[in-house]
Amino acid sequence: MSGSRASIGHSMLRGIPAEYGDQATSSSSSLCRALRHSQKARNYCSQGHNNHRKTPKALMTGSLPGFIDVVRNLNSPELLEDNVISQAKAAGKRIIFYGDETWVKLFPKHFVEYDGTTSFFVSDYTEVDDNVTRHLDKVLKRGDWDMLILHYLGLDHIGHVSGPSSPLIGHKLREMDSILMKIHTSLLSEERETLVPNLLVLCGDHGMSETGGHGASSMEELNTALILISSAFERKPGDIRRPKHVQQTDLAATLAIGLGLPIPGNSVGSLLFPTVEGRPVREQLRFLHLNAVQLSKLLQENVPSYEKEPGFEQFKMSERLHGNWIRLYLEENNSEVLFNLGAKVRRQYLDALRTLSLSLSRQVAQYDIYSMLVGTVVVLEVLSLLLLSIPEALSNKAELEVPLWSPVFSLLFYLTLLVLSALHVIVCTSAESSCYFCGLSWLTAGGVMVLVSALLCAVVSALAKTFGDGKFLSKNPAHPKPRWSELDVLILLGTMGHVLSLGASSFIEEEHQTWYFLINTLCLALCHEIYRNCLLRDDSEPQQCPHVEEEFIRTAAALQDRSTGCDTLEPHGVSRSLTSLDTLRGYEKWMVLASPWVILTCCRLLRSLNQTGVQWAHRPDLGHWLTSSDHKAELSVLTALSLIVIFALVQRKCSLTSKVALALGLLGVYCYRAAIGNVLFPWQRDSKDISKGVIEARFVHVFVLGILFTGTKDLLKSQVIATDVTIKTVGLWEIYSGLVLLAALLFRPHNLPVLVFSLLIQTIMTKFIWKPLRHDAAEITIMHYWFGQAFFYFQGNSNNIATVDISAGFVGLDTYIEVPAVFLTAFATFAGPVLWASHLVSFLSSETSSGSALSHACFCYALICSFPVSAYIILVTSLRYHLFIWSVFSPKLLYEGMHILITAAICVFFTAMDQTNTKS
Amino acid sequence: MKDTDIKRLLYTHLLCIFSIILSICIPSFFLENFSILETHLTWLCICSVFVTAVNLVLYLIVKPNASSKRSSISYKVTRFLKCCIYFLMSCFFFHVIFVLYGAPLIELVLETFLFAVILSTFTTVPCLCLLGPNIKAWLRVFSRNGVTSIWENSLQITTISSFIGTWLGAFPIPLDWERPWQMAIERKKMCRSFCVPGMVLGTVTQ
Repeated sequence: MSGSRASIGHSMLRGIPAEYGDQATSSSSSLCRALRHSQKARNYCSQGHNNHRKTPKALMTGSLPGFIDVVRNLNSPELLEDNVISQAKAAGKRIIFYGDETWVKLFPKHFVEYDGTTSFFVSDYTEVDDNVTRHLDKVLKRGDWDMLILHYLGLDHIGHVSGPSSPLIGHKLREMDSILMKIHTSLLSEERETLVPNLLVLCGDHGMSETGGHGASSMEELNTALILISSAFERKPGDIRRPKHVQQTDLAATLAIGLGLPIPGNSVGSLLFPTVEGRPVREQLRFLHLNAVQLSKLLQENVPSYEKEPGFEQFKMSERLHGNWIRLYLEENNSEVLFNLGAKVRRQYLDALRTLSLSLSRQVAQYDIYSMLVGTVVVLEVLSLLLLSIPEALSNKAELEVPLWSPVFSLLFYLTLLVLSALHVIVCTSAESSCYFCGLSWLTAGGVMVLVSALLCAVVSALAKTFGDGKFLSKNPAHPKPRWSELDVLILLGTMGHVLSLGASSFIEEEHQTWYFLINTLCLALCHEIYRNCLLRDDSEPQQCPHVEEEFIRTAAALQDRSTGCDTLEPHGVSRSLTSLDTLRGYEKWMVLASPWVILTCCRLLRSLNQTGVQWAHRPDLGHWLTSSDHKAELSVLTALSLIVIFALVQRKCSLTSKVALALGLLGVYCYRAAIGNVLFPWQRDSKDISKGVIEARFVHVFVLGILFTGTKDLLKSQVIATDVTIKTVGLWEIYSGLVLLAALLFRPHNLPVLVFSLLIQTIMTKFIWKPLRHDAAEITIMHYWFGQAFFYFQGNSNNIATVDISAGFVGLDTYIEVPAVFLTAFATFAGPVLWASHLVSFLSSETSSGSALSHACFCYALICSFPVSAYIILVTSLRYHLFIWSVFSPKLLYEGMHILITAAICVFFTAMDQTNTKS
Repeated sequence: MKDTDIKRLLYTHLLCIFSIILSICIPSFFLENFSILETHLTWLCICSVFVTAVNLVLYLIVKPNASSKRSSISYKVTRFLKCCIYFLMSCFFFHVIFVLYGAPLIELVLETFLFAVILSTFTTVPCLCLLGPNIKAWLRVFSRNGVTSIWENSLQITTISSFIGTWLGAFPIPLDWERPWQMAIERKKMCRSFCVPGMVLGTVTQ
């Protein structure tokens, strides 16, 4: 290990679980065991840090990944930070790389020879590895390289596709074992000639969770195996060591020292000392000193009061001792004193390294408080504007007007703007750390400040108006006191409860429980309402039948006159009980009575389809049972059934052309799934070779676009001709069915029942609950929102980046193209909320005769989405030093941000529909 | 009339609460290793038995609605049997609802069912005592403005607060607590603690 001539075989397995090198479970890794017994290997369990699609960055730079690297990882730019590879290149080492393309992107000019494999076709787990292995024999014979990096992806892909308990894992591990053996024997034979020891590093960049994903912070995902194999390691026979836990960042420092390179500047790792145990004491101390100097330099850069840090003090002390030791050594005083002092210095250095490394890792990220504040203020102002305009927006006029232009407010506006710009200049000139908002161009920053002050003025004016109205109302006692129904109370309580629950990390991890709980309760409340309406009227009907009929007609007329709208001003109770329930006959009445129970049963079934969250995620669920390779036939039958039911449920309101397109598209979905090997054709007994299914997927894409196009055409036609409402209804439904088809394509086959049940529940609710009970637009909107959220989790999503199904972004694409991939992934992830929202639009525009229903719905949707988000932003800002900020709160913030973007798009769609409505 | 009613109401509620406290204290004299948290299943049984007994006794003594005109034995027997069937049905009904709420279908069946039993002792048994096996009357009491007497009012308040307590008791489940079925106790305590102020409120406001 002494020198710059040590050649290194560095192989890397992606997603290798920690047990790989462990005796207990390593039935498949016999070579590892053999090597460990031959005292040539060092066995570790390295602990990584939370990051999704972990690139080799942390391994090679030794620095801790920031959370935003999650976003950057998807399309990694060149790595400019100091790292081992650049150092090796600068030292003239010849590096060869085979494997994941990400490396080539990170280190574009570093390798003398490389072959990158794209890692985005997650369902392929043989080709990615064969692409690496086929070069191996040739390269091992050549010996004209100093460093060989192999990155195998197959294991990671198997984990993603079929989970850690898949039978494929055993095969893959055996394959890896034989490759390891090949490399090891070849290196040994080479050593016999050159007499320079080699180092073989086997490591995984991340582990694998119970579901096969990674990116969160559970122990299974963070712990990976790290095995260093070299003939330079000496271990006495019989010295069996348990694998030790080390930090993943330690590898960079160890490799740099082993290769005789400078340690990367930002590395926070400490040298894995056992690797240099075989060296003379003088060299050992030298290596430790190098590492300690680098760490203390890093500490000086990051901590202002670094001299008071215990690690730094320890380092100074050990440096002094080291000096003493060298003096003794130079005096040729090779007695026991020298040996003891050497051991002491070594211990001191190791302690110092550990403390330094710890205190560096603990360095919390610098928060850019100023930018955070600006963002929070904007969000809060918008929210308060929305809240203040509730009474106005939900009234019959459904207007959201913001009086801005009175002179007092313009004065206020200019004053605020002035104060803000002064503040901006002061903050930006005085801030020593980098600030995102100060980094913006002056024009953008000025725009943001104009926005902030305009919003402030709007809030103030809305406040003034509300108070004026309040006085007016209090003078007017004849105004009827609004009476809230149980449903409204439940909706309000549920929303508040959900917002409050966001403050606890466990509730965020298990947010799906909250939503399931809420929609169950919602169903029971609806059930109560239905039963009360039905049974109590049965009671009273015989006596006062004519009266009821008359009153019913009157109320219905009144209800239709009034905008169907406002959940605060609607008088409930008596008028609500006289709905059209009694017009239903026989079978339909029974369906109405049974519908809440059907919905509840559907929800319960979906709940057991995908276990999500953290605590109970490892429980066996139907989804795993279906995806396991033994149950392919069942999965095929289920997929086919689901597609048929989807067609049956969607086609009833479509035009003929889109009916045909939908049928063909759904057929195409099945073909696509068969092509990529998820399902079987009944006539296809042997599993033929698996393709990427690009043609089939594009076939479906064409139909999706076609249906969407027909829908848009109908909408435009309805706007131009402005006579027929049915054209618009059909157009909206066609857009909805196009989205359903796209979701059917993107969902994994075992998730198709989610889509089916979603359509089923929508149909049942429309037919038997919303129509007969005449809920108003606000209530229907909130129910849609709740169900949309619940379906987000029914799909198997969670507030954890690892559950995002990235493979959905590559359906029908040959290579990674950013825009469609991001769009498809986002749609596949948020399919539940989006589908429910588009159903809401088509339902409201077809069912309600009142024109303001859509604008009410839009307002309610915006309000109910923005309320949790704004509360959450404040919570996260105040909890930014929480222990789980990176692992729990930040991913949730990312999800919320994405969700609010999608909500904004939905609201724009709503408004567009509303515009066409008012024009016609 | 009303004052005496209120007094009786107060005493019955106090007795109910006392019976729950007794069900915690007494078994520790007879059973070894008895504690609420460790052997919560036994405790659930004992508690539901106690509360049922107290309710029945109180009903026989107080007789809030002395309206049973026909008092033939057969009528009473059928009425009693009907009550039993209703009680069992309500147990199963609650069990189904718990499963729909996400309780596991096969494992922990006993716990779920016992929890359903205790919830129905708190809600169905008083209803049966007071209103008899008469669904129409139940619906009347639990819909808005359907209450006619102070007894029904207190019944409405206690039952609804039991449900709400149970409902709220499910909220802490996602928190990182060790044994999920300790929740049964938690819910129980919750629901009782919501009942008590409800009762007192009910008595005071009359």
